[in-house]
Amino acid sequence: MAYNEENSYLDMELLRFTTAGSVDDGKSTLIGRLLFDSKSIFEDQLEHLENSSKRRGLEHTDLSLLTDGLKDEREQGITIDVAYRYFATPMRKFIIADTPGHIQYTRNMITGASTANLALILIDARNGIVEQTCRHSFIASLLQIPHLIVCINKMDLVDYSQEAYEKIKANFKSFSSKLNVSDIQFIPISALNGDNVVNRSENMDWYEGSTLLYNLENIHIASDHNHIDCRFPVQTVIRPKKDEYHDYRGYAGRVAGGVFKKGDEVVALPSGFSSKVKGIHTMDGEVEEAFAPMSVSITLEDDIDIGRGDMIVRSNNQPDVSQDMDVMLCWFGKMGPKPRSKYALFHANNEVKAMVRQVYYKLDINTLHRNEEDTEVKMNDIIKVSLRTTKPLMKDAYTKNRLTGSLILVDESTNETVAAGMII
Amino acid sequence: MSRYNLTHLKELESEAIYVIREVFAQFEKPGILFSGGKDSIVVTHLAQKAFWPSKIPFTLVHVDTGHNFPETIKFRDDLVADLGVNLVVGSVQNSIDKGKVREETGKDASRNWLQISTLLDTIEEHGFDALMGGARRDEEKARAKERFFSHRDDFGQWDPKNQRPELWNIFNGKKSYGEHFRVFPISNWTEMDVWQYILSEQIEVPSLYVAHQRDVIWRNGTWLPNSEHIKLRDGEKVEEKQIRFRTLGDITITGGIESKADTIEKIVSEVAAARQTERGNRADDKRSETSMEDRKKEGYF
Repeated sequence: MAYNEENSYLDMELLRFTTAGSVDDGKSTLIGRLLFDSKSIFEDQLEHLENSSKRRGLEHTDLSLLTDGLKDEREQGITIDVAYRYFATPMRKFIIADTPGHIQYTRNMITGASTANLALILIDARNGIVEQTCRHSFIASLLQIPHLIVCINKMDLVDYSQEAYEKIKANFKSFSSKLNVSDIQFIPISALNGDNVVNRSENMDWYEGSTLLYNLENIHIASDHNHIDCRFPVQTVIRPKKDEYHDYRGYAGRVAGGVFKKGDEVVALPSGFSSKVKGIHTMDGEVEEAFAPMSVSITLEDDIDIGRGDMIVRSNNQPDVSQDMDVMLCWFGKMGPKPRSKYALFHANNEVKAMVRQVYYKLDINTLHRNEEDTEVKMNDIIKVSLRTTKPLMKDAYTKNRLTGSLILVDESTNETVAAGMII
Repeated sequence: MSRYNLTHLKELESEAIYVIREVFAQFEKPGILFSGGKDSIVVTHLAQKAFWPSKIPFTLVHVDTGHNFPETIKFRDDLVADLGVNLVVGSVQNSIDKGKVREETGKDASRNWLQISTLLDTIEEHGFDALMGGARRDEEKARAKERFFSHRDDFGQWDPKNQRPELWNIFNGKKSYGEHFRVFPISNWTEMDVWQYILSEQIEVPSLYVAHQRDVIWRNGTWLPNSEHIKLRDGEKVEEKQIRFRTLGDITITGGIESKADTIEKIVSEVAAARQTERGNRADDKRSETSMEDRKKEGYF
């Protein structure tokens, strides 16, 4: 492919990936390596890092100081929050959601995973699969991250042994058969020495796959969005008070699924009124079709009553409309839900009230064991519940659409987001 | 590229428009913090796209330190007239005159910290419940931890350790009376994305960003513009150089770089080759390792 330096950015794609890890598994080193080798660390940042590392009495430059931005994180040497990092190659722009790996930060891992196309799982070649590996992989599967790359790191410390690599790979495959992940790649790397990160390793001729960066640049992400089931949640209605647009009534929103075209037969939910798409508008002009994740305004042939929280869908493919649902929740709040607790529920630009009717079980995210006896919910617990809402939601299963299948619960006394939910 | 995939710029644009529409839908009196810098110009442009063919439904809010580049103020006034939007100006000079804040004195004094008080007073006086800004996570390490919807308490303070998690594209803008939100629609953009977007959308920016001849003084490793607010120190001299600014802050603290990039195309190439971060020439960030976090906690932009 001829690559034109001047306007190559006009066809770059965006890939969002998440990593999770603890202090020692080499996550910071790996991110540092990707940023370094893609020339995304600047001289003044590097100088800053060198000075900070020296002040802390470290012999080498600690790349984790780059991702740990808050005063407390730098003092304690740990990642507390999700940190977002950016780098680009001529092929793609990357957004890394870098999260802590410890169980007490499950909610941060879930947050980072919710928008990711890809999860990067790091395994220390010396230790093989540990509890954290299972946890991160399970979260990736729960949040339906479409692609998983398993990096078996620190290969330099096991003499670049193919046997060690194959053994871990086999163990991971057997463990992940319990999970719902379709695309898994394995790569033996040494983040410290750069083997198979950006450049192919000279120490592992037995490995015939591609490098980590090559995978990140080439994994097919166009079908990560749902382009089949048309869903258009309405954010707001645009009614210009201008003579030339006197009758303009545009429904503004971001396509959550499917491909909308001019002339499509559509239905507005929950009212059930049908109409046809008259036009799809942007400030740059009308477009022929709109697909996820485009932000557009849709006008309809008929003047029907549609407002925020309503959903425009195709007549022949409609979501479930109901007030009762089973949901997997990750609990973020300090206190768990009491029986019949009520919350504000946000779903697809809609806000309703919801009641937790029943907690079916609590899931141990290390073993995937379902605990039906102990249903006392604490922060970071993953639970399956039954919810009832005051008004019907236009919803899909999370496995079908991450945007119309997800919700959050908000405690109305503190306004805190207390849970993230995936509709079953 | 597949037929149903957006370019990175289109995806970032679409994300920002979504966030801006959420602000309009979830708040009663939202505004845009407008500094006249490229990032707030891009946010304003995106707001225009989000509500086209309607006018931008937000007030522009400018905190005027009195130490602006004259070019920035002219640019601001022209844009406001062009868009037909309301402008609210909070004046740091007024805050000083009323005795609410005291001007820093001594070497490297600046009005940077003073803006916080004027900003918070302006928010309270006009009852803004959400202000959008052009801050980006790639700019600075404390900003890398910032949410799209960032909650501020009664005192306008940011509590970085107690932030609301943000999942999928669901934003929780619930708040108690007296609290407000800062919203950052271009959180996920980098300096490069901003310039590429300015180029591809042909957005007008102040002439200060492109290379021009200017009287400057070499101080603290950067070319500071000569102005009525600056006093020459021993050994310093005014020189004429061809420079441009990568960020626009107060004229007293914003250093320029020597550059031949006199078009937006050339700026994009220059940014691609840059080996220093864009805020590296900002004296306000150099005060300590956590100066941005400290200012943000108090209520800074």
